[in-house]
Amino acid sequence: MTDVDVAVESDLEENLTEADLEKAEKVFAKKVEIIGGPPPGPATLEAKDACAWFGDRLVLEGVDLVMPKGQVTALIGPSGCGKSTFLRLLNRMHELIPGAALDGEILLDGDDIYATGTRAQQVRMRIGMVFQKPNPFPAMTIRENVLAALKLARLKCSDKDTLVEQSLIRAGLWKEVRDRLDSPGGALSGGQQQRLCIARSLAVHPNVLLMDEPCSALDPTSTRRVEETIDELRGEVTVVIVTHNMQQAQRVSDLCAFFLAAENQPGVVVEQGPTDVMFSTPTDSRTLDYVQGRFG
Amino acid sequence: MSWCGVGCASPVSPVHYEHLWKLAFLRRFPPPPTELMTDVPGTLVEDRPVAGDPVGPRERTRRVITEVPSRADRRFNQVTMGAGISVLVLLTLVGTFLLIQSSDALGETGVWTFLTRTEWRTDVSPARIGVLGLLAGTILVALVAIAIAIPLSVFSALAITEYSTAKRRKWLIGVVDLLAAVPSLLFGLWGFLYLSGKIVPISLWLTQNLGWIPLFKTSEDASLTGSIFIAGIVVALMVLPIITSVVREVFSQTPPGEKEAALALGGTRWGMIKTVVLPFGKGGIIGGSMLGLGRALGETIAVALLLPQVPQKIGDSIHILQNGGATVSGFIANRAGADAFTTSGLLAAGLVLFIITLGTNMIASVVVSKSRSGAGVDI
Ligand SMILES: Nc1ncnc2c1ncn2[C@@H]1O[C@H](COP(=O)(O)OP(=O)(O)O)[C@@H](O)[C@H]1O
Ligand SMILES: [Mg+2]
Repeated sequence: MTDVDVAVESDLEENLTEADLEKAEKVFAKKVEIIGGPPPGPATLEAKDACAWFGDRLVLEGVDLVMPKGQVTALIGPSGCGKSTFLRLLNRMHELIPGAALDGEILLDGDDIYATGTRAQQVRMRIGMVFQKPNPFPAMTIRENVLAALKLARLKCSDKDTLVEQSLIRAGLWKEVRDRLDSPGGALSGGQQQRLCIARSLAVHPNVLLMDEPCSALDPTSTRRVEETIDELRGEVTVVIVTHNMQQAQRVSDLCAFFLAAENQPGVVVEQGPTDVMFSTPTDSRTLDYVQGRFG
Repeated sequence: MSWCGVGCASPVSPVHYEHLWKLAFLRRFPPPPTELMTDVPGTLVEDRPVAGDPVGPRERTRRVITEVPSRADRRFNQVTMGAGISVLVLLTLVGTFLLIQSSDALGETGVWTFLTRTEWRTDVSPARIGVLGLLAGTILVALVAIAIAIPLSVFSALAITEYSTAKRRKWLIGVVDLLAAVPSLLFGLWGFLYLSGKIVPISLWLTQNLGWIPLFKTSEDASLTGSIFIAGIVVALMVLPIITSVVREVFSQTPPGEKEAALALGGTRWGMIKTVVLPFGKGGIIGGSMLGLGRALGETIAVALLLPQVPQKIGDSIHILQNGGATVSGFIANRAGADAFTTSGLLAAGLVLFIITLGTNMIASVVVSKSRSGAGVDI
């Protein structure tokens, strides 16, 4: 534990009382219903022989990967091996790029999200996404940002104030912003903006949350907060996170998949398994080299 | 007790471990990060000078570093400054010319009378001339034009930036630019000879169904050709390309991250446009429209052909569906080459138009550059 860790915790001990805790518990005891929102609870996401093209170029080939419900799956691998592309296949963001194509199946609790008749908007509502660069809506207030998905997906909610508070608490941002919910979302620091984006994604109660290098633009303190949030989401939401930070992958994930692309070859999953095994005794020598920082 | 320093030098006490579950929850209420950054662990608070503490006066020398430009930079600077200044000089020259030339008419009529009088009669003595009737027509034509052109431009810009493949985008941009290349005389002739007849039924429908709105009221057996409404439509077509190109430019600068965020939250394309593109492009839409307004105010040939160019009272001009009306530029075009006094009066009217257009354009560029989207756009 570093000095800063100690510092934060003893500070928490001092400033936060039983009353604070009770208040938070009361907030979470309130049930917020989102009409037309995703079904409750986490969902299993499974890729079967997933392939992706940009134009004529195959960038991802034959990915078979199960992301079990309520667990955190980390996608690791060097730059350009198709991790982001794979992530974007999982919530149908890939198809937004002109010339993009795909093959294979992505099953959300057994249903193919690319089945005919399934609308992309419906899928994206159930599978939230946090991007590498924080992208709150800068002209909207913090509250409006959190509630943006309701407006965009035309959902109704029984208790907006509680939803805002719950989402911000879950994203570890409530205490910093509770006094200025009506100030613009663009006026926050980078780390706060990213947590606002997480709160925004969590507000519709998605079944899965995808995160594409969510901490790569953040300071260490914010990074830690985001990791804590991921930790607390375990069991509530299925999390799939792309990270270049090996320590982070070890800290937050239950499962790990190692992506690799040889030169001018599409990216493939070289190895996958429980995180501790992947980091201690992987079967593929390339995995060992990568997790020990010998290339990539 | 503060968190830092000696008090916490030992590792976390066992009590903390017992309460780890609670700690995990408590961490949801993290302290503001600023404190963490300012205090260096290991130093006692007392040791550090507190902000505002009188440490003792210390003389500071302010050094202002000025960049010494290279030769090439200096030359470039001179050229660009020269170009900029020459534009200003030209503008001043035009203004001065107008002022001097119009001084005869303005002196004789009086500035205030000139600005507030509707009629324009040079057949009586002394001549009774005023610019108000012309201004009313000018502004109404311009307003009709941009009221029609704004929605059309915004939707064309959206069609180009948001709903097109790369190939169709190029094609559409080309078509809009082509529209800008059509000489306004041709627009005027086409409006006069062809469009006018096609608009009359629309005017008729409007006045029959919405006639209770003063704007759409017409007097009985009034002719519906040669109306401000028709002139406005033709001018709308002329300003459409410039508004579209400004708006398109601004829309295309919408941060892609925000667009992706809206789509990733389950938004439709239209929902994304409403939450991200339109709010971002608001400044561009306003600025582009004002720029179009400036253009519409000065439009000459089409209105000279389409309107009877008889100055009307504001109250009469407001009935935009019926024959009648005059605009400053159209009127000048119609009367050019008359006697010296009339010419001076026309130039005075021109001066008024010059000032109004200049003002509109200036407001437009301020609006665009002040808005978030317009920071990098030149109009
Ligand atoms: N929009 C795009 N158009 C064309 N090629 C792309 C696009 N995005 C990514 N690629 C290519 O696809 C490959 C995989 O990229 P990406 O999934 O972003 O990798 P990673 O996230 O693992 O760094 C790279 O070779 C990249 O050049
Ligand atoms: Mg990536």
